[in-house]
Amino acid sequence: MYVVACIKQVPDTTQVQIDPVTNTLVRDGIPFIVNPYDSHALEESLCMKDRYGFKAVALSMGPPNAEATLRKALSLGADRAILLSDRAFGGADTLSTSNVLAAAIRKLAEQDEVGLVFCGKQTIDGDTAQVGPGIAVRLGISQLTLVDRIEHLDFLARKIRVRRKLEGRYEIVEAKLPAMITVVRELNQPRYPTVPMRLKAVQSDVDVWDNGVLRLDTNSIGLKGSPTWVSRIFSPERSQGEIVGDGLKDPSGTARDLVERLLARDLLTV
Amino acid sequence: MQPDPIVFAPLLIGASLLFCWSCYTRLGLVALGGAEDRFSNPGQRLKAMFSLALLQQRVLSRPFGLNHLLIFWSFLVLALANGEFLLAGIFPPARFSLLPAAWYGPLLTVFDLVSLAALVAVCVAACRRAINPPYREARSLEAFGILALIGVLMIAYFGLHGAEIAAGTEPAAAAMPVSSAAGRLLGGHLGASQLGLAGACFWWLHAAALLFFLNYLPFSKHLHILAALPNCYLKELDGIPVPPREEFVEGGRLGAGRIDDFTWKDLFDSFSCTECGRCQQQCPATTTGKPLNPRLVMHSIKENLLVSGPLIKAGGSRSIPLVGEGGQSVAADAIWSCTSCAACLAACPVCIEQLPKLTKLRRHQVQMHADFPRELLLLFENLEQRSNPWGIAPAERTKWSGSLQVPTYEAGRTEYLLYVGCSGSFDPRSKQVTLALAQILNAAGVSWGILGKEEKCCGDSLRRLGNEYLFDQFARDNVAAFQARGVTKVITQCPHCFTTLKNDYRQYGLEIEVIPHAEFIEGLLREGRLQLQEVDAGSVVFHDSCYLGRHNGVYQAPRAVLELATGNAPLEMRRNREQSFCCGAGGGRMWLEEHLGERINLNRVEEALDSHPDTICVTCPYCMTMIEDGVKELASGMIEVRDVAEVVARGLRS
Repeated sequence: MYVVACIKQVPDTTQVQIDPVTNTLVRDGIPFIVNPYDSHALEESLCMKDRYGFKAVALSMGPPNAEATLRKALSLGADRAILLSDRAFGGADTLSTSNVLAAAIRKLAEQDEVGLVFCGKQTIDGDTAQVGPGIAVRLGISQLTLVDRIEHLDFLARKIRVRRKLEGRYEIVEAKLPAMITVVRELNQPRYPTVPMRLKAVQSDVDVWDNGVLRLDTNSIGLKGSPTWVSRIFSPERSQGEIVGDGLKDPSGTARDLVERLLARDLLTV
Repeated sequence: MQPDPIVFAPLLIGASLLFCWSCYTRLGLVALGGAEDRFSNPGQRLKAMFSLALLQQRVLSRPFGLNHLLIFWSFLVLALANGEFLLAGIFPPARFSLLPAAWYGPLLTVFDLVSLAALVAVCVAACRRAINPPYREARSLEAFGILALIGVLMIAYFGLHGAEIAAGTEPAAAAMPVSSAAGRLLGGHLGASQLGLAGACFWWLHAAALLFFLNYLPFSKHLHILAALPNCYLKELDGIPVPPREEFVEGGRLGAGRIDDFTWKDLFDSFSCTECGRCQQQCPATTTGKPLNPRLVMHSIKENLLVSGPLIKAGGSRSIPLVGEGGQSVAADAIWSCTSCAACLAACPVCIEQLPKLTKLRRHQVQMHADFPRELLLLFENLEQRSNPWGIAPAERTKWSGSLQVPTYEAGRTEYLLYVGCSGSFDPRSKQVTLALAQILNAAGVSWGILGKEEKCCGDSLRRLGNEYLFDQFARDNVAAFQARGVTKVITQCPHCFTTLKNDYRQYGLEIEVIPHAEFIEGLLREGRLQLQEVDAGSVVFHDSCYLGRHNGVYQAPRAVLELATGNAPLEMRRNREQSFCCGAGGGRMWLEEHLGERINLNRVEEALDSHPDTICVTCPYCMTMIEDGVKELASGMIEVRDVAEVVARGLRS
């Protein structure tokens, strides 16, 4: 059985700035990282591999350099890494991305059953949280989002019970397998690669599937298959800061002043 | 009083063969270790062996050192007497009495007096061990047994010669005052025939003690008698050893997980340990009740070698893992407690290198098993992704400068590169030190610049924590960057950057001048390039950074800077210079919580408070964090913690 983790290579957003003239992301020289939530999705797929002996597959759609992200997955223990890369996939929104990823999973299912698909709850660059659910809908499988604990897994009964972390509450949900699960950070602690695995990952193959393999209608992928587009990116206006008092000359007075202001704005609870 | 050679010869030959066999089977296990060159510079090595082993330089610096020196030299001198004794036992005519009388008499006097000295020293050692042992477990049966055995040897010596003198068979009786006294004692109680019997008894007692000692030696900690001397010869000549590079090839083993992953010198070290406990008395981890004890680390390695060695030698794949529970393994908590301060190395009288073993054990755990304290996961990820321990965006590396215009380093135009380091760039407190240093450099008209956003972490913590794979990448990148930019002179404010650039990067072919800021400032002051008003910092006590001090021998410069800036030599803590006590943050411990034992920084700050200072002065950003934290807890608001650069900057005439 396959257990799939969908991972995305994202720019390290803490380092990304917005070009005020063109309103686009300045990506020059910004390092790429694995989307942090996806690291937890990958970790969960590797735990499934360790526990049940499934084959863990890391799946990513992106440009050719996203291969680095997949190699990282291999170094952590993924059995197989597949890069979905084609110019025709470029400019995709969440709909056409989920079309491509779902098609790849369907393709994978021709070889062996895909029992579970793990995705991060969202990416740190797009922040839509739509791709995971999109995959589930397109594959017609159960959809379990914001999972922070897998309570029970029964392959014979083809059932899974998970805990969802919602705002201010938890929800225990049971669903049929196969299922797509989006995960939050609390689910697990991602592992660290050993050096032998890193060295092996350098030598391992990363399969590259283009649209020649997936054979998707070009109207459902890439820019053409994307009903949404970004019209403008901008940083929200930030109000001017203010220096409160003189911390060097009168530290306690300044602290008192600061506390009063915070209390006045209801930012501090006593 | 001599026995029949026919009886003694087989005994002596048998005992000697057994001794050789025991030594071969035990010491021979050292050959399982990997290659390491420890034979270069024989002249320098002989010199080191002479002062450390023969003159016992380090032994003498501690209490009861003189006593050990006495036993050691008695042992060497009496080796001659014992050699004659054994030889005459199988070949009776071979005696010193064949020597001319002018030699024979004085020689016997020396033997007689040295034996007495040894007997006294052994009694002193036994009393010391009983009353005030170096550590609790040192009151062992084995230790007292060995002392008793040496005592018996001396008593038998006096008994044998006393009986000979009383019987009138020793022509040089007058040359042996102690034996003569023993002779008078024996002669007063025993008749002529009884004297013969007593002499024979003492002869056999002496022989038995000698042969037993010889064969007990390889199985006890007293193997150091054989190993310590060569171990001093084989010492690392360049001070504290720099961890060796590793080769990253598929299928290769990294670090030390099994006993044969160590080098032969590592293994030989374990046989040289006398269990004197000097290392553990200096170790900040042991002192503060953590599970690490450098003496026990060496002991576990030896025990592991003795059990796993024969198994591996026989071609089996079974062996006891080096890290784990039980007496033949080092506990994981122990290896992660090390601050890599090298106090153990500096304290060891026989030049055992404990720290490199711990680094190798960490390497194996991190690289082969990804098994390390969880707090380090974030550190490793941050370093790998953003090349600084906090994971702050690299673009913020130059924010410390504020409104100060800081030039970028350009070869040909700039003389010195100021390698700011991660703490100096990102840590709010250390940023103030960087600013102070920048002011000093500007005031002295130094031509300097920084790498700015291009600067990366030096990788010190990675290397000390055993993540050699990642360190290797940092070292390659940084060395390539330095070489590409034509950097030749670097000033550092962090001793960890200093040691890494100076010593570790040399393994990557980087030969540049690296100057710690304290030394550079001292030079500026001595050359009269800084106009200072005398700084009033009250009474200042100085805390040595391990990586400036013990690791690189820089003790004088920061003290000189403080004296020049304040007009007074700084106060010294009880543990200073080579015996200085770590702040607790070295060896990557900066990034780990201190869950076990009491806190090292509190121990150090308490010591600093003994001298009632107004200011504690440091030269390292990690020390700054740890000492400031300690002060906040123990003397909040009463004491300032300052870097030497800050003290000097305060005196700059604007």
